[in-house]
Amino acid sequence: MARMKFLCDAERCIECNACVTACKNENEVPWGINRRRVVTLNDGEMGKERSISMACMHCTDAPCASVCPVECFYTTADAVVLHSKDLCIGCGYCFYACPFGAPQYPQLGNFGGRGKMDKCTFCAGGPEADNTPEEYASYGANRLAEGKLPLCAEMCSTKALLAGDGEIIAAIYKERVVTRGYGSGAWGWSTAYPDSQGV
Amino acid sequence: MTMLRRCLALGLFALVLALGQPVLAQAQDQGRPSDAELQLMQQLQGPVTGRVSIPDQRAATLIQPAGKEWRDFWRGTSPWIGGIAIGGMLALLVLFFLIRGRVPMEGGRSDETITRFNGLDRFTHWMTAISFLVLAVTGLNIAFGRDLLLPLIGPEAFAAFSDAGKVAHNFLSFPFTLGILLMLVLWVRDNIPSRLDLEWIAAGGGLIGHRHAHARRFNAGQKAIFWSVVLMGAAIAATGYILMFPFTVVAHVGGMQTTQMAHSILSMILVAIILAHIYIGTIGMEGAFEAMGSGKVDLNWAEAHHDLWAEEVRAREQRETGAAPGAAVPAE
Repeated sequence: MARMKFLCDAERCIECNACVTACKNENEVPWGINRRRVVTLNDGEMGKERSISMACMHCTDAPCASVCPVECFYTTADAVVLHSKDLCIGCGYCFYACPFGAPQYPQLGNFGGRGKMDKCTFCAGGPEADNTPEEYASYGANRLAEGKLPLCAEMCSTKALLAGDGEIIAAIYKERVVTRGYGSGAWGWSTAYPDSQGV
Repeated sequence: MTMLRRCLALGLFALVLALGQPVLAQAQDQGRPSDAELQLMQQLQGPVTGRVSIPDQRAATLIQPAGKEWRDFWRGTSPWIGGIAIGGMLALLVLFFLIRGRVPMEGGRSDETITRFNGLDRFTHWMTAISFLVLAVTGLNIAFGRDLLLPLIGPEAFAAFSDAGKVAHNFLSFPFTLGILLMLVLWVRDNIPSRLDLEWIAAGGGLIGHRHAHARRFNAGQKAIFWSVVLMGAAIAATGYILMFPFTVVAHVGGMQTTQMAHSILSMILVAIILAHIYIGTIGMEGAFEAMGSGKVDLNWAEAHHDLWAEEVRAREQRETGAAPGAAVPAE
């Protein structure tokens, strides 16, 4: 089985936000929720500005799963970190633990009350049967079950955002780095996959 | 040639670091270029924040390393604090019960009772107590339920219980907070520490030794419970409301983490304190429960534990009934 990962090549990302839009459209993500976002560091500083597209990194030993009081997270055979909205109680703890700010909450219920958590699924749906209307309504598309990769990466016009088996995308990134003679680090990899070798 | 390039790259890297500029670029042919990111995070000692074009400005935080510390607290430190405080208190109480047994009423029961807590006192106590019990059970469920209860009842039942528990926890915070405020107003004047408290503590409170020290309406032990409940309860309520209205009082995830840590530690310590309070108020001492049950305590109990207060009450009662001819004066 593959070990699915995201990799954003900050030397290529042009902050077009197409990945954000593609994700919202493909998964019919509700208002106020961004499963994916583009963050620009050193905005406006000549030569130092970098944009990075960030979503759930589908961590090894995921912090969200570790702190969840109801154990609603599970890891698929492709190492994608998913969760069950039937079990989630919307406590918000996964957001406190997540290094990447991936978990999102609709503003439902009493007080500042959070609804069921929503996050990037690597376009792999949820615990319901693959590609059923129930699965789509709760979790969005399940492209992985159709043999496709996440739409954000597939749509990326500069191919900055890579999604797929960790070894393959790491090899692609390494080749780029060797060819151009420099890189900017695979953002989040050392945090998300501490046991794997860097790229 | 490769060596030269490596040396150059290392030199450049060191130069960039020395200038204190964020290290975004680093030569890639050295094995682990993501070290640059680690270096940057170590330099920043906090979240890596940029700019986003979406309305949610909290999304501008790209990486927040503090999440790992909070995770370590929640999965490591917090269960230890709670386990030691609550488990230790339970063990202590069992041990105490085995050694000392139920503290009997000195001189047995008399025919007379005096009023210790009126209706408002008792309403306040029980409103706070019932809220607190539900808050404690549902709160401890969030902390320990996954390890203790989930394997027993299965994920669906546990999630349903926890979801209902979260709602109960949110709503019962209001009667709890009201109870804390009422307690403060009703009982603060009898809970100001005095010199008598030192003597009471020196005498072991009559619980450890068998010698009774003088006490007014509340002794030093009861004052300690009062101030724990009022001060810790207020802090727990305040942190709880911050957690209930996420990102309204505190702006960043770091604030939410700190608030959650304070809330959980204080709550688990207060649960341990209240366990001792429940023990001494029920099985630990004969005649104690009546104070909050019917509100009337046996005269012998009052004279043993709160002699000065009992004198005051009787003096007052005698003054009030003194006008009536033939008022019974209890024989000493």
